Amino acid sequence: MLEIKNLVVQIEDKRILNGLNLTVNNGEVAAIMGPNGSGKSTLSYVIAGKEDYEVLDGEILLDGENVLEMGPDERAVAGVFLAFQYPLEIPGVASMTFLKAALNAHRRARGEGELTTPDFIKRVNATATQLEIPKDMLKRALNVGFSGGEKKRMEILQMALLEPSFCILDETDSGLDIDALRIVSEGVNALRSPDRSFLVITHYQRLLNYIVPDSVHVMSAGRIVKSGGKELAIELEANGYADYRESEAA
Amino acid sequence: MAEIKLMKTPAETGLAQAYETVKTTLPGDAQSRAQAFELFTKNGLPHRRVEEFKYTDLRALMREAAPFAGTPSADEAKAALQDTKALSGVKAIQVPFVNGHFVRDAVDLGGLPEGVEIVPLAEALASGHEWLAKLSPVSWANQNPVYQLNTTFMADGVMLRISGEVDTLIHLRFVTASASAVATATRVLVLVEDGASVTLLESHESTDGANHQPNDVVEMIAGDRTNVRHVRLNAEGDKALALSTLALKVGAEAEFFSLNVVAGAATSRHQVFGVLNGENTKVRINGTTMLKGGQHADSTLVVEHAAPHCESRELFKTVIDGEATGVFQGKIIVPHHAQKTDGRMMSAALLLSDGGTMNNKPELEIFADDVQCAHGATCGQLDEDLMFYLMARGLPKKEAESLMVQAFLGEAIEFVDNQDVHDALVNVLEGWLRARA
Repeated sequence: MLEIKNLVVQIEDKRILNGLNLTVNNGEVAAIMGPNGSGKSTLSYVIAGKEDYEVLDGEILLDGENVLEMGPDERAVAGVFLAFQYPLEIPGVASMTFLKAALNAHRRARGEGELTTPDFIKRVNATATQLEIPKDMLKRALNVGFSGGEKKRMEILQMALLEPSFCILDETDSGLDIDALRIVSEGVNALRSPDRSFLVITHYQRLLNYIVPDSVHVMSAGRIVKSGGKELAIELEANGYADYRESEAA
Repeated sequence: MAEIKLMKTPAETGLAQAYETVKTTLPGDAQSRAQAFELFTKNGLPHRRVEEFKYTDLRALMREAAPFAGTPSADEAKAALQDTKALSGVKAIQVPFVNGHFVRDAVDLGGLPEGVEIVPLAEALASGHEWLAKLSPVSWANQNPVYQLNTTFMADGVMLRISGEVDTLIHLRFVTASASAVATATRVLVLVEDGASVTLLESHESTDGANHQPNDVVEMIAGDRTNVRHVRLNAEGDKALALSTLALKVGAEAEFFSLNVVAGAATSRHQVFGVLNGENTKVRINGTTMLKGGQHADSTLVVEHAAPHCESRELFKTVIDGEATGVFQGKIIVPHHAQKTDGRMMSAALLLSDGGTMNNKPELEIFADDVQCAHGATCGQLDEDLMFYLMARGLPKKEAESLMVQAFLGEAIEFVDNQDVHDALVNVLEGWLRARA
């Protein structure tokens, strides 16, 4: 379970989050929607532990533990996973080398031994097949020369391998064509389980047709201004964010 | 009128005394040694006001001249070689030098593979071997003070002739084993006959804790249509002042690759003086340098495109931690007649600490008008966004850094096509990263 209490965050003296409150229960898929600049991506970075942000107040509790005191690597092994809106290209680092290093870091943190190479390859290949990731893609440097859709599939592959308890999908639908959207969504849906929760950040309702949320929250000016069920997303799609922009001015 | 007297540093005085002591005992033609030492003495040890040594002030860095090492006994040589580790996992013909002297017992000179001939240099100098005429293939190297000192003091080494396709790797293993500081001057001449191919390895090791002063010169004349791969590892001891030169002349339609990996020595300077002497030749010269603490490493490179239609690529990667200093000086010279030259030189440095320094000096000297030449130099830190991405996947900071550093340096190493050599170098790199973690 993730609880965010009165989170106030600024970057270079600019206030981005203004006392944000949000609870995502175990097994819940929560969607956050909101206009550009409402602080959605900031929220995902702050949960994952990016350094550039200054947390002025509030706390983020993952299963009761305050993650704000942890480094990004510690949060990751504690169960936080951020699927990046723009996954980074890392020239010179082979995808497989990176996946193995990440998986072994998680296993070490859990007190498990490192996987043998054949076991590791077997696990990667099984998941890659499911996500329609060709094997030669895994031999290339991480994300280098990958298309937008390939990069997003690679993110979901990492998510599946690392088995986090709290997943953030930061505009995973951006830059995806219909087929890629379906593949990525199926990948995410396959990972839904009673002890794993998701925070799905998106501009559009379209993604939520594929990944059907349990709750929808509207974010504006650094706060959650309205919460509801999946019907709220449909309402937003029809009416836009105009009703909520006012609170930005307030 | 007052007499103007040049002040000599203790090291210069020591070198002059050493020369007086050894000049009658060193083998071969005393005149060329005398000439070289005279040239050296004119300017003395180079200092920061000498452009080529601006960033590596040898007058300041070399406080005293260590005594030149004598010939080790057979037992001493054997003991010294037993402790060596550099590139030990790579299968190759071992050509070892201990304290600057070729260990003859260690090589079966009569039983070498076809196409490989080795002549001990000390004997060759004494007997006036015909190959000696091939020494100093790059004439302008004679102007270099480090090279002059090697010419003055060279006591031993080998001459190597390669003909045909030689598959067996040849490993020139330089070891300085002495509890007290010693100086060495070793010279290796490699003659690669037209159409021949070979992979040469060089490793340089010395005992920690002593201010050893090795000065090694490897000279190579590669003929037409040759294919030479050369990998050099500096794994010198932590107090060593290591000077080295690769003087190179390559013929037409040839391919030449050289990589220098710096993982040791307190101070090192590796000079590459290359002449592309025939048309349609491709040369790649790479460097990978890993520095920490107070280390200082200089990579100096002069490549002369003496023939048209040649291609040269130079890629130097330097990682700097602690208070270390890296230097890259690279110059591509294209004379009037060397049209259609294609030269690209790049030096990239990664600074892991606030106290590190990198001096990059790429130069192009172009007199021809139809050429493609480029140079670049960068200095940067690890990309914070990439670090966050890796850490967000659970990698601890040091591990994320290691992965990034490996990727950075790997670019210069990946041209090594022999898998065993490649793996051995990756081991060196990983060892360096483990030591800083």
